[in-house]
Amino acid sequence: MTTQRTSGRRKQALAAAIGVAALLTTAACGGGDDSSGGSKTGAAGFDAANNKVAQADLAKKGGTLKFGAAQDADSWDTTRGYYGFMWNFSRYYSRQLVTFKTAPGKEGASLAPDLATGLAKVSDNGKTYTYTLRDGVTWEDGKPITSKDIKYGIERVWAQDVLSGGPTYLKDVLDPKGEYKGPYKDTTPDHLGLKAIETPDDKTIVFKLPQANADFESMVALTSASPVRQDKDTKSKYGLHPFSSGPYKFESYSPGKSLTLVRNENWKQSSDPIRKAYPDKITVNIYSNANDLDQRLINGDLDLDLNQTGMSPQGRTTALKQHKANVDNPVSGFIRYAVFPQSVKPFDNIHCRKAVILGADHVSLQTARGGPLAGGDIGTNMLPPGIPGGEGQKYDPYQLAGANKNGNIEQAKEELKQCGQPNGFSTTIAVRNNKPVEVATAQSMQASLKKIGINAQIHQYDGAQTAGIIGSPANVAKKGFGIIIMGWGADFPSVQGFGLPLWSSKYILDSGNNNYALIKDKSIDSLFDQFNATLDPAGKEQIATQINHKIMDGAYYLPFVFEKFINWRSDRLANVYTTDGYSGQYDFVNLGLKSAS
Amino acid sequence: MTELSKSGAAVGEPTAASPAPTAFLEVRDLKVHFPTDDGLVKSVDGLSFQLEKGKTLGIVGESGSGKSVTSLGIMGLHTAGQYGKRKAQISGEIWLDGTELLSADPDHVRKLRGRQMAMIFQDPLSALHPYYTIGQQIVEAYRIHHDVDKKTARRRAVEMLDRVGIPQPDKRVDNYPHEFSGGMRQRAMIAMSLVNNPELLIADEPTTALDVTVQAQILDLIRDLQKEFGSAVIIITHDLGVVAELADDLLVMYGGRCVERGPADKVFYEPRHPYTWGLLGSMPRLDREQQERLIPVKGSPPSLINVPSGCAFNPRCPYADIPKDNVTRTVRPELAEVGSKHWAACHMTREQRERIWAEEIAPKL
Amino acid sequence: MARGPRRGPRAVLAYLIRRLFAAAVMLVVIITVVFSIFFIVPKWAGVDIALSFVGKQADPAAVEGVRQKLGLGDPVYVQVWHFFKGLFVGRTYTGGGDTINCSAPCFGYSFRSEQAIWPVLKDRFPVTLGLALGAALLWLIMGVSAGVLSALKRGSLWDRGAMVVALAGVSLPIYFTGMLSLAIFVYGPLKWFESDYAPFADDPAQWFSAMILPWVTLAFLYAAMYARITRATMMEILGEDYIRTARAKGLREGVVIRKHAMRSTMTPILTMLGMDLGALIGGAILTESTFNLPGLGREVLLAIRNQDLPVIVGVTLITSLAVLFANLVVDILYAVIDPRVRLA
Repeated sequence: MTTQRTSGRRKQALAAAIGVAALLTTAACGGGDDSSGGSKTGAAGFDAANNKVAQADLAKKGGTLKFGAAQDADSWDTTRGYYGFMWNFSRYYSRQLVTFKTAPGKEGASLAPDLATGLAKVSDNGKTYTYTLRDGVTWEDGKPITSKDIKYGIERVWAQDVLSGGPTYLKDVLDPKGEYKGPYKDTTPDHLGLKAIETPDDKTIVFKLPQANADFESMVALTSASPVRQDKDTKSKYGLHPFSSGPYKFESYSPGKSLTLVRNENWKQSSDPIRKAYPDKITVNIYSNANDLDQRLINGDLDLDLNQTGMSPQGRTTALKQHKANVDNPVSGFIRYAVFPQSVKPFDNIHCRKAVILGADHVSLQTARGGPLAGGDIGTNMLPPGIPGGEGQKYDPYQLAGANKNGNIEQAKEELKQCGQPNGFSTTIAVRNNKPVEVATAQSMQASLKKIGINAQIHQYDGAQTAGIIGSPANVAKKGFGIIIMGWGADFPSVQGFGLPLWSSKYILDSGNNNYALIKDKSIDSLFDQFNATLDPAGKEQIATQINHKIMDGAYYLPFVFEKFINWRSDRLANVYTTDGYSGQYDFVNLGLKSAS
Repeated sequence: MTELSKSGAAVGEPTAASPAPTAFLEVRDLKVHFPTDDGLVKSVDGLSFQLEKGKTLGIVGESGSGKSVTSLGIMGLHTAGQYGKRKAQISGEIWLDGTELLSADPDHVRKLRGRQMAMIFQDPLSALHPYYTIGQQIVEAYRIHHDVDKKTARRRAVEMLDRVGIPQPDKRVDNYPHEFSGGMRQRAMIAMSLVNNPELLIADEPTTALDVTVQAQILDLIRDLQKEFGSAVIIITHDLGVVAELADDLLVMYGGRCVERGPADKVFYEPRHPYTWGLLGSMPRLDREQQERLIPVKGSPPSLINVPSGCAFNPRCPYADIPKDNVTRTVRPELAEVGSKHWAACHMTREQRERIWAEEIAPKL
Repeated sequence: MARGPRRGPRAVLAYLIRRLFAAAVMLVVIITVVFSIFFIVPKWAGVDIALSFVGKQADPAAVEGVRQKLGLGDPVYVQVWHFFKGLFVGRTYTGGGDTINCSAPCFGYSFRSEQAIWPVLKDRFPVTLGLALGAALLWLIMGVSAGVLSALKRGSLWDRGAMVVALAGVSLPIYFTGMLSLAIFVYGPLKWFESDYAPFADDPAQWFSAMILPWVTLAFLYAAMYARITRATMMEILGEDYIRTARAKGLREGVVIRKHAMRSTMTPILTMLGMDLGALIGGAILTESTFNLPGLGREVLLAIRNQDLPVIVGVTLITSLAVLFANLVVDILYAVIDPRVRLA
């Protein structure tokens, strides 16, 4: 067979493939034609649940709520989970002393009492937190939840050698010197040897902090502060079947495949001011194919995506075209950005940093991220809008979403002159190889920097090795990574939860570093200290805003977008809303179905 | 070589188109052409001969002279190996025992195959199926044409193996071809061909793949069996030595056509075609020294697509210039009688050829 | 030829024993190599694999805990030995006051999903096996018959058509044909099939309904290859001398094809089938993830996504075992089909 004939046959095959692709597109778009603003199908309308409650009054008791997911939780063990959706979902089977308010938008990021009768009584200059437990709170076997169960649950955070994975804020704040060795190595008879927590009686729990921390109550609201009963602690295997303190309990769980929750008959509505517990049953199915998952959502086989990380490109195109009333476009709480390590010349000079910020084409960066809907609004500063003190696009010191949105070459060149690099310079952009969107962003940046004379090489590294590559300042300096592309979201909605690891000089680490810019600004450090000593929300907000401004003044970051997602909600769902408490995800715990069948 | 002098040449003159053949096998103006991308391959281009029962015909020629295609044509297997390609074109007449095969129903011909006419192939290793035992293959050949049970057929297979001289035939019948030596395999092949007592046996280079001592045994076997069964035998070979002792008649093929034909002793002792001289010259003889023995025919066989005009042999013929007017290069010579039942196709005069043979060729042999 | 070689069942048995012994040796080699690749080689490359067992928060205590449980501090040969021992007698992972039992055969333990690997493999294996065998049956029927027909009618319209389809089958990636068939037959316009997997024992009808598309999709890809190979082999075989012999015997053409040509044609097909089946059993990653079948392939994909090393090792081992086993079966079938092999 000659080469020519082969290529002829290839062409035939290609033509066939194109024909089939056309068919595929048609098939995928064969849905209904509801538009925004409510529809025949009962969907609430585009963005109807974004920061507001959609169809609250349609929720009925009963039915099976069906989650789909492309990824299982890292662990369902309350101590070990770190994924945002796991914290959100865990409220079905675990309760905390306090938790996020079940309310849309900003209000959802504020705290409300759960197992406790009220928010903490803070004393001793913010170093003592005291809670009293509610009456009638029970485990899934009907036994009451005691303050000791809560203490034991929190103590498990210390057993990192067995229970790795979860956040360690409580350990770091309550025991900064690491004196306690965790409940499994605890030699006291009741394994409750942690000194920083006292349980004078079954109803009272007292936290004694070595140092005040304004976000401490947010840490008490973390899933890792859930109660765990000692006799039900199966250690590393606890995540396979956590013992429920909430309205639902595990019926079956097959890691990576499926999870089913059923009602916990021993949970009493009267004891729980937070949870409405509408459905009878909650199922989670894991799908290996993201397109298949989206197709099932659109088809109505599933109600929503457990992962809440947005639909895949193909799915969201179909959804926006055919089923716009079923999607919301919330802000995710993530900021996507480029950061300039000051250890790499010439980024030690603020003017060179400013040149990059001003010279980049922010619209094309936004496009690379997925455009205004799937990518997000152009980022103008470094504090996510959902965090108290965040101002969104209202604060835009470099006019990134305004006059300079397509890049200001003139000003950028002016800054280069002041930096002593009038003809530009060469540098390297470091980007994870496993995130196609980030690689596209790097390429967009490379293109626009060329216009101001900056030659940027793109270095792709193994995304799994992030901690050792860009997390090592020595390596960054050695390799000359002048620009690092990353993203960040808060563990809990405060400037501390978001920015402390990024901006505090105390958080510069030899490996696993997140303060990539190597910011060593005493005024920023002291603002964080001040924040921790402030207890009133208004004061905290003000400090947060101040810190954000300091960061932008230093020109350490080029924000790309305040990230947004396209998330699906089925026709069956009622009482749906996004909450800032979980970074713009739907508040799972109070979702209801419109009919029980 | 006196024992060669056998009488009873059954080869008659190529009759024009008389519909009533008297011979057991009569081939008339056989043409087998294969269309290819490069042109028409005229493997056999107008061949005629006759053969009587109990007689042996040797067809001799170089590879590509059309001798194998002739035999396959008789068997109706000329398309074998060309599966699915453009069909071979075959014309002329093949009369076997009063039946014209080319115009007969193919299924009827199939039923004659293996029963009335059988074939022995050159390389018994590749001609036997490697996955079936010798016994299975003989039994199969027998049962196609005989409605008997397996036991009976197996007894027949053992009997045949015994007949062709295979020791312990009742044991070896269950062996696979690869467990036999080369000579044994050819014996088994012969046993398989003769299992149905065919009246016509075609042996296509039956000894080429075998070593010299075994060659003689196999040839002896074929001769003995022929006497016993009284079949007509065609032996196809490129080696005159093979047919020297066996054949009653010889037919020399060149470029798809017959160039000389006649009783074996005539062709051997009074050959009248320069190509036959060449073949005789290249024949290995036991009474000569090694280096003297082989005088190959110079040059290479003709293309069967563009057969040289005139006498196909002319580019290789040392005597091509003897006839006048360049006739060897323009006119194709026809077969002409050069002796009793002896024909040759050459432009030289009989006298010229007799002189050259007697003076130049014979003394060197 | 004083004595004939051994024949019949005894020869096959001797051959089988030789093959089994070779397979056992291979098994030991494979386990050692696979274990080394995943657990030892990274160490030389300066990568701390303990880090891949802890989550987002790489607390030093967490890393130390994993190191202790897995015995990552032990010398290499001790680690390999423990792994081997685990396969046959089970093993225990101890660290941080926690003890995990992994009973034999212990293919390792996933610290990501907190479960022993073997039960997972055992659960996922039938899915993959069902997928592979069902698809293989389909593609053998489709591919071999199309290939034979093409070979017999070479150059015909059928031949050309079949070979173009075959080329398309080989060229089109499975996630494309898979998504296409899902879009048509599951999500409409033709809602013919279910796509939620159910084990055969639970619900045969749904099992079949969920498997039919993956079978066809996978079979389409392989049938194309098999058709091409069958066609080429068949044409080669038809030119063999022994086929001419068969015809010379006066056999009907149908018998010549079925009895003489097919048997020889099946030999290379069988080799391919053995290797393909082995590889498929190890994990039809794309097919399983496209159709969301909870088999080994999907498992290993999720494991790679989660950096769940022990699962990857376990599936790799099972894959190797499956390939080894499939090859053994092929070898045995070879001996049955081709008598010459028994002497080898």
